[in-house]
Amino acid sequence: MSKIGLITKGFIKENPTFVLVLGMCPTLATTTSAMNGLEMGLATMFVLILSNIFISLIAPLVPDKVHIPVYIVVIATFVTVLQLVMQAFVPDVYKTLGLFIPLIVVNCIVLGRAEAFANKNSVLDSALDGIGIGIGFTMSLTVIGIVREILGSGSVFGFKFIPGDGILAFVMAPGAFLVLGYLMVLFNKLARK
Amino acid sequence: MAAKSNLTNMVLCLTAVCLVCAALLGVIYTVTYEPIRDAAAKALVESIGKVLPEGGSLSEEMTGENDGVAFIYYKSSDASGNVAAYAVKSKVVGFGGPLTIMVGVLPDGTVYNTSVLECSETPGLGAKCSTDEAFMAQWRGFKGNLKVRKDGGDIDAITASTITSRAYTLAVANAVSFVSSINTEDNE
Repeated sequence: MSKIGLITKGFIKENPTFVLVLGMCPTLATTTSAMNGLEMGLATMFVLILSNIFISLIAPLVPDKVHIPVYIVVIATFVTVLQLVMQAFVPDVYKTLGLFIPLIVVNCIVLGRAEAFANKNSVLDSALDGIGIGIGFTMSLTVIGIVREILGSGSVFGFKFIPGDGILAFVMAPGAFLVLGYLMVLFNKLARK
Repeated sequence: MAAKSNLTNMVLCLTAVCLVCAALLGVIYTVTYEPIRDAAAKALVESIGKVLPEGGSLSEEMTGENDGVAFIYYKSSDASGNVAAYAVKSKVVGFGGPLTIMVGVLPDGTVYNTSVLECSETPGLGAKCSTDEAFMAQWRGFKGNLKVRKDGGDIDAITASTITSRAYTLAVANAVSFVSSINTEDNE
């Protein structure tokens, strides 16, 4: 597969949210607004790229029986690094996302890419895979966030264009499932062509 | 090809990975320790500035207690040394966890302004307590019945977030009654 292909396959063909259906917890929980979705996507992408690089580096040295604990330690380390760095330099973003950052540790996408890709590919390929899947995840979360924010709050990225409160259910959990389901149908219908 | 899964290899590998990760975390913790502390201190000063009338000289952090609840508060005095206002840090349990707000209270019990310090309310619903203009504006200069309208008070709750609004109102009410308790103490 070409280097460009490694990145772009994460956008549509192996889109983590709409095709692989991985990492649903942060997807449903953080996409109450477009901005939250975007920030969560970027935070996950950061961890994904670093953990992919590091795991592809150490993979040959890790005995099979302990690879899951090793990967989890590596991922948890990078998540904590991210948490400390965000707290120090972007406290406002940390304030809105704070609750969900530690959840990146158990995000299946990160462990899934480590298992399915990083441990048997080169460092460069793993980094590219992390970037691609990360961008795919970020785009998906942002799209879900945009739809939920329009329907639920009548605004996009905090910019209000419909007066009033919007349909409340879309800000809450049921709306997350509805939007995700319909977007998944739409995405797969368009992607199949 | 992965290394063999015998005991020595597994122990060595886990130990090495944990050591490297712990070292990395140690470094990052040390590097970010001061910025995190500064950011928290800056947020605190900003929130105090927001809830107090301008121009007073601010006291050091003080602690007090009212009805078994401990408070951290700051006094702002005017040029002649009279207390102009209090900034009280008030903590209650909201819908999603602790809700900590800074409340500026004038000595006569009028709320000057409020500002959110810590909030883990539902994004898009309760979290609006720090962004919803109408909800935030009603605290400025508020003096009246500190309860949400549903409970017979004068506070307009955030749509669909009555629990958060109630918690917020309770935090303000606690701060106000705390200020009136220290006022009586001072006058005695």
